[in-house]
Amino acid sequence: MQTAVLGGFVAAAMAPLLHRWFGSRAPLVMSLLPASLAVWLIGQWPVIASGDVLLLEQAWVPGLDITLTFMIDGLAWLFAMLITVIGALVLVYTGEYLRGHRDLPRFLVVITAFMMSMLGLVLADNLVTLFVFWELTSITSYLLIGFNHTDLAARKAALQGLLVTVGGGLALLAGFVLLALAGDSWSLHELVQRGDLLRGHDLYTPLLICVLLGAFTKSAQFPFHFWLPNAMAAPTPVSAYLHSATMVKAGVYLLARLHPALGGTESWVITLSLVGAVTMATGAFLAMQHTNVKKLLAYSTVMGLGTLTMLLGIGTEKALVAFAVFLLAHSLYKGALFMVAGILDHETGTKDVTAMGGLRHLMPATAIVAGVAGLSLAGLPPLLGFVGKELMLTSVLESSSWRLLILLLAFTAAFLTLAVAAIIVLRPFFGKRQDTPRPPHDPSRVMLAGPGLLAALSLLFGLVPGLLDPVVGAVVAGIGAPEAKVHLALWHGLNLPLALSLASLALGLTTYRFWDRLRAGLTRLAPLTRRGPEAGYDALMAGLVILADGQTRFLQNGYIRNYLVMTLLVLLGLVGHAFFFRHGLAPDVTLSIYFHEAVTAGLMIAGAVAACVMRSRLAAVAALGVMGFSIALTFVLFSAPDLAITQLLVETLTVILLVLVLFRLPHFATLSTPTERLRDLLVASLTGGLITLLMLAVLSGERLPRISDYMVANSQPLGHGHNIVNVILVDFRALDTLGEMFVLALAAIGVFAMLRFHAAPGEGVDRDGRRNLASTEDDHG
Amino acid sequence: MGRSGTLILNVAARLLLPLQLLFSMFLLLRGHDEPGGGFIAGLVASGAFALYLFAQGPRALSEMLKVSPRDLIGMGLLLGVLSTLPAWWAGDPFFTAQWWTIPIIDFKASTPLIFDIGVYLVVVGSVLTAITALVETDQDEYDPTDYDQADHDQTH
Repeated sequence: MQTAVLGGFVAAAMAPLLHRWFGSRAPLVMSLLPASLAVWLIGQWPVIASGDVLLLEQAWVPGLDITLTFMIDGLAWLFAMLITVIGALVLVYTGEYLRGHRDLPRFLVVITAFMMSMLGLVLADNLVTLFVFWELTSITSYLLIGFNHTDLAARKAALQGLLVTVGGGLALLAGFVLLALAGDSWSLHELVQRGDLLRGHDLYTPLLICVLLGAFTKSAQFPFHFWLPNAMAAPTPVSAYLHSATMVKAGVYLLARLHPALGGTESWVITLSLVGAVTMATGAFLAMQHTNVKKLLAYSTVMGLGTLTMLLGIGTEKALVAFAVFLLAHSLYKGALFMVAGILDHETGTKDVTAMGGLRHLMPATAIVAGVAGLSLAGLPPLLGFVGKELMLTSVLESSSWRLLILLLAFTAAFLTLAVAAIIVLRPFFGKRQDTPRPPHDPSRVMLAGPGLLAALSLLFGLVPGLLDPVVGAVVAGIGAPEAKVHLALWHGLNLPLALSLASLALGLTTYRFWDRLRAGLTRLAPLTRRGPEAGYDALMAGLVILADGQTRFLQNGYIRNYLVMTLLVLLGLVGHAFFFRHGLAPDVTLSIYFHEAVTAGLMIAGAVAACVMRSRLAAVAALGVMGFSIALTFVLFSAPDLAITQLLVETLTVILLVLVLFRLPHFATLSTPTERLRDLLVASLTGGLITLLMLAVLSGERLPRISDYMVANSQPLGHGHNIVNVILVDFRALDTLGEMFVLALAAIGVFAMLRFHAAPGEGVDRDGRRNLASTEDDHG
Repeated sequence: MGRSGTLILNVAARLLLPLQLLFSMFLLLRGHDEPGGGFIAGLVASGAFALYLFAQGPRALSEMLKVSPRDLIGMGLLLGVLSTLPAWWAGDPFFTAQWWTIPIIDFKASTPLIFDIGVYLVVVGSVLTAITALVETDQDEYDPTDYDQADHDQTH
């Protein structure tokens, strides 16, 4: 499975190639990847159904306890199935939706990469691995929201989504570290068994806050819900897949996964059920003021995510069963409805439901699919949505704290959702025929296949909910109720939830009836809603820009001498503090120095002093060269040929670069005042002195174990090389080298960008009025 | 900076370039056991190209290289990352070195070697990117009409 997920990323990179070979059929070919993964998952079902947890072990960074082990239990299995099946359908749908689009290959690359990240997220057993995949989904989501990158609104929405989710991700990372500290493990399958230890731990409250921040931002919970409707700037397949069926459920997944480990405490129950319930009601209420079909669906997704969070908060066995059913029902009908929305947009040329009407005559097949999915959204029998909603209301009635408030919010959300469903289905397909920008007709069967299948599943599972018993049982076992006996049914007899459903049906239809008037009223309230959490986000962003501006002007003022002083002072402070106060290392100054060593050192010192006092640039550079060659000589004396060669080559390259820039540099003037020079002398001497002390202490101290012994001993047996320096660079410490390669590449690209796109003549003028390369560089840096 | 005026430098650069490149290959391949390695070899090769650049001018260099130095950086990074993957296949942790012996020529191939080639390419690419950017900026300065041509050169 790990190979499949990693291979998936490779396949994502190959998408442009697929596009070249298969043309517009490339998405179909690509959909074979998630489809085959789904088949594999179905093959694993007997193991999951028997209640076992499938652990696929794979080491990654054993030294840091990071593994790529995948854990598949009921919860992960259901999520993985949703990701692969809906993923395959979305890809098929994309083939039609973006047919002939110039950027189709790019789209395929990113959406396949997203699919694999999401799979990794739900399958990962290790917290660090989960976090890596979590952030990957944020990044790919950013790229997909901003797919139409020429559109300013799309770019802004993409950035907003990224900043909110990645900001939450930062909190989540802190939460994971605390979680690992408290539970003494990085592995989820171990952590979920240590629930009592975790709940009683001192770190419980801080870690809960951090984890919840991460999950709430990702799953668009109030007050972070605003990014999700804005993310509708993405192409519709993305909205159907990322922003309803999969990615936004990552936060909910995490909460469900950690429910056995962290759930059940008072703070968990109250926070989750209240936040969830408020999110539900907010989402359903805000939907009312929109006429854009995608925005309507987005707000109802916010409502659905709120429901899931609330059910996890309530946490009773019934609530967990409701969670599993609602999760599946929501993914099925919301995926279908989003794809229908895309079809409407594609065929009619508008996204505004008030501009459509009577389409059922022109698009009968689409109308049936939309009707079935809409009934499920509305929570009407005989659809799976009804089963989910009944279970939800039952568990709310059984909740322990704040029952009345939660019930009120849940009931409001239920009838408003029903109204939303009516708006989405009745408005465009029924009523009087309206002229649309494009003459509509049913799309091709390929395009209808995805939403059709999802709607059919909603109907099938609604009619025979017993089919889901084992799946729901396995999911519930994974989130903390292993002994639950699951028996789903469409008809539960005449009871309170049914009465509530009937009441919400009546209220919902009334709301729909007066929707136009209600919307007009809500528009008048718009100035009030503009002060919502999104205004807070905007203010925060504006503040960040001001702060960045201020600190850039203060710290990065374009003079390299100031950068150097600043860097050295920080180094002095940190290293000095650690050296004198934390470790108290005492340098051993009894050294025996040979004559030739003293000469080399003397040359170095002379070179350094000369470089400082020379009145000509060429002479100063030559003096630095003396220093460089003396250093190379030292390396030779201490038998380090690799370092000596490197040093010599670097000196040579310095000469080459100098030849190139010498004529462009400004007049070699002394720009600093004597006081500044005194300050520089002080900082330089202190830094030099400290580093010397540090070196002496390290070399003389017996307290620190010598790393080089290990390297020398293992270079040949483990690294198959006699050159220890090279074995360290390309094998033992290869990850560091890889990092340095990226630094070098970035530096080169930075130089290139500064020189090629340098300031127009007139800018970057030095104090003495001369065009100055150095200052132009810094202005851009 | 166009073609240099000195015949000696022109001829020497042309004759020395293959020798220097050969030497850099030698350093690269023996690096695992003797002094050398991707970084040093990359610096030697950059020095060789820089000499050619001084003698023949940037256009001649980019015509000879065929690829942009920036593409070399990309290829190097890609090789570096790719060299981490075979460990997967063998079921080892990330970045574990893998060794294979190619039978007939008895050559020891390994992921560290692939990685070192990546380092080599990144070093050559980075140094050449910086140097050619400096040279071409000089050109713009002295002859503004040459700008389009310089731009054209880079796309090669």
